[in-house]
Amino acid sequence: MSGALRLAALGGLVASLVGCAAGNDAPGSPTMAKIRERGRLVCAVDGAVPGFSTVGPGGAFVGIDADFCRAVAAAVLGDPTKVEFRPVTAGERFVALGSGEVDLLSISSTHTLSRDAAGGNALSFGPVFFYDGQGVMVPAASGVRSLRELEGKPICVESGTNTELNLADRMRELGVSYQPLRFQSGEQAYPAYEQGRCAAITSDSSLLAAKRSGFKQPAAHVLLPELLSKEPSAKVTIQADPAWADAVRWVTHTLVQAEESGLTQANIEARLAAARRDPSQAEARRFLGIEGDFGRQLGLPADFTVRVVKAVGNYGELFERHLGRATPLGLERGLNRLWNRGGLHIAPPFR
Amino acid sequence: MAPVPPADPAPRPAPPPSPPWWRDRRIVPWVVQAVVGLLVLLLIAFLLGNLVRNLTAAGLLLSWRWLQQPAGFDISESVIPFNAQLPYWRALAAGLVNTIRAVLVGLVGATLLGTLVGMASFSHNGLLRRLARVYVEVVRNIPLLLQLVFWYFVVFLSFPNGVAAIQLPGVVLAKSGLYIAGFGEGLRWMGPTLVNGVWQAPVRLSVEFGALLTGLIVYSGAFIAEVVRGGIAAVPKGQWEAASSLGLSWFATLRRIVLPQSLRVIVPGLNTQYISLAKNSSLAVAVGYTDLYSVAETTLNQTGRAVEVILVLLAAYLTLDLLISALMNGLNHLVQIRER
Repeated sequence: MSGALRLAALGGLVASLVGCAAGNDAPGSPTMAKIRERGRLVCAVDGAVPGFSTVGPGGAFVGIDADFCRAVAAAVLGDPTKVEFRPVTAGERFVALGSGEVDLLSISSTHTLSRDAAGGNALSFGPVFFYDGQGVMVPAASGVRSLRELEGKPICVESGTNTELNLADRMRELGVSYQPLRFQSGEQAYPAYEQGRCAAITSDSSLLAAKRSGFKQPAAHVLLPELLSKEPSAKVTIQADPAWADAVRWVTHTLVQAEESGLTQANIEARLAAARRDPSQAEARRFLGIEGDFGRQLGLPADFTVRVVKAVGNYGELFERHLGRATPLGLERGLNRLWNRGGLHIAPPFR
Repeated sequence: MAPVPPADPAPRPAPPPSPPWWRDRRIVPWVVQAVVGLLVLLLIAFLLGNLVRNLTAAGLLLSWRWLQQPAGFDISESVIPFNAQLPYWRALAAGLVNTIRAVLVGLVGATLLGTLVGMASFSHNGLLRRLARVYVEVVRNIPLLLQLVFWYFVVFLSFPNGVAAIQLPGVVLAKSGLYIAGFGEGLRWMGPTLVNGVWQAPVRLSVEFGALLTGLIVYSGAFIAEVVRGGIAAVPKGQWEAASSLGLSWFATLRRIVLPQSLRVIVPGLNTQYISLAKNSSLAVAVGYTDLYSVAETTLNQTGRAVEVILVLLAAYLTLDLLISALMNGLNHLVQIRER
């Protein structure tokens, strides 16, 4: 009895503390309160995938995943530089998140049922950030052109990933026996592949392309035409804090909506000023936080969308800057185009 | 016992008044023990309660049903048969067997190497003596993880394949694996042979296993060499002199006089090194060898059952180490001096 009372009292105390820290009428999010108190966002990235997140020449993290962290920091704290990047391996990412060590996973993490479900990993996935598929890379000189030709050969794979399971599934379907060489992280798997220990390496196609761009001879490696799976990857938070998950979800939507509305890092100031002057631009005024209190409903500043776009640009700009044709990765937009241009990215209405 | 002498008829002085209980040396230690014990129990209860409360709040209360679910990932190089449809507990068992395999071979190898190097540091040959010192000092001052990565990426992965592979008597070292002579079909002794550009041999080990084993043996061997050196140094010099006055050679002195006497000093030290080796084997994950830790990590990631998986890991390594310890304690008992 007294134990229950004490718990209730403690719960009340925590709730009141959280309420104070949040400092507005928004539903209390313990994670956001923690971030504001700390003054920075702790964001998990892979840290070793060119285009997604690597340490750049100046020592800062660069890549589309790293920029997403900055976008969230801009939305929550108003300052894209207030991010503490925490490189984690595929194997430890969910534990790091679940234990509260990091606030957010900005790593290619495929949205799957068991990771999402309360009875599984109990994580909360945002909207799909990057549409991918699992591919297989082989040395061009090996002459291997299909999975069947990998019979009896060693295949490098990162342990604890979805790709490990997809590989086992597909090879079982094909009736092809192979030797999985399971490495804890890409830092071991890719050098082992490059040194010729495995006949092939498998991962998300974009990751393979990204890693290949860092090889000594990128042209000496090819991706097999077949894809093993669909890999829609999303940003991940804990399920226990739905308000925080919502905030992160709508930062992603902001990036996509900004592209659809033609808002870029360069023109956002001008467009904002125009919308302020012109009350007839209802949709733009809602999106930019001039009308309504959508930011506040999420526990974010009213103009969080403006801060996000100012900090990193829109989704299309992010893609072209880090992954597109002009980068060493040279990826096609493909499925990652907007919904009205033949792709799959769509932002629900901001209203 | 002598018979009790008759009681002294003289009246005894009254016993001194017993001190209050908080100064009574028969009571105070018990009270202190009880209080400390209670505090420890409370701490454990608090931690467990905290764990259960938080897990309940996160909807992750301990459950073991996942052990029966199909693992879904493959393990190459498993000693016990395994495929992706078998349940997680079979995967963990396969990992444990792989760990035990590495530990057992590692123990034997490290003991042999360590003993030889320990003996070499008493050699009359100055070059051998110095080489032994250099080996010990270099190896034990470099982190094991670094050494494993070195053996794997720098040494084992630079072996050529096919015809160019390194061929030693009975052993072929190639990037695709280590091929060792053994009894093949029909119990016929067979060396490694090249068939269509691919090596075949009765015993085939992966380079991952080779790198892990080399790393463990070389690393633990250095520590064991020091233990052996200490054990030999503990045998009084007179034993050497007595043996040489009998005309025994250096090696015979070491083997028949000194080593048997030094065992009682060496064995307890060996115990520690063996336990370290067993625990260090979990670094296999860095060189792609699928051991218990590697399987557990994937299991943890796929099932999200962090606490349960870690409990399994803790229990497995604890059991393994306690077993090694028990065996070594038994051995220690055997080599101790029977004092009369």
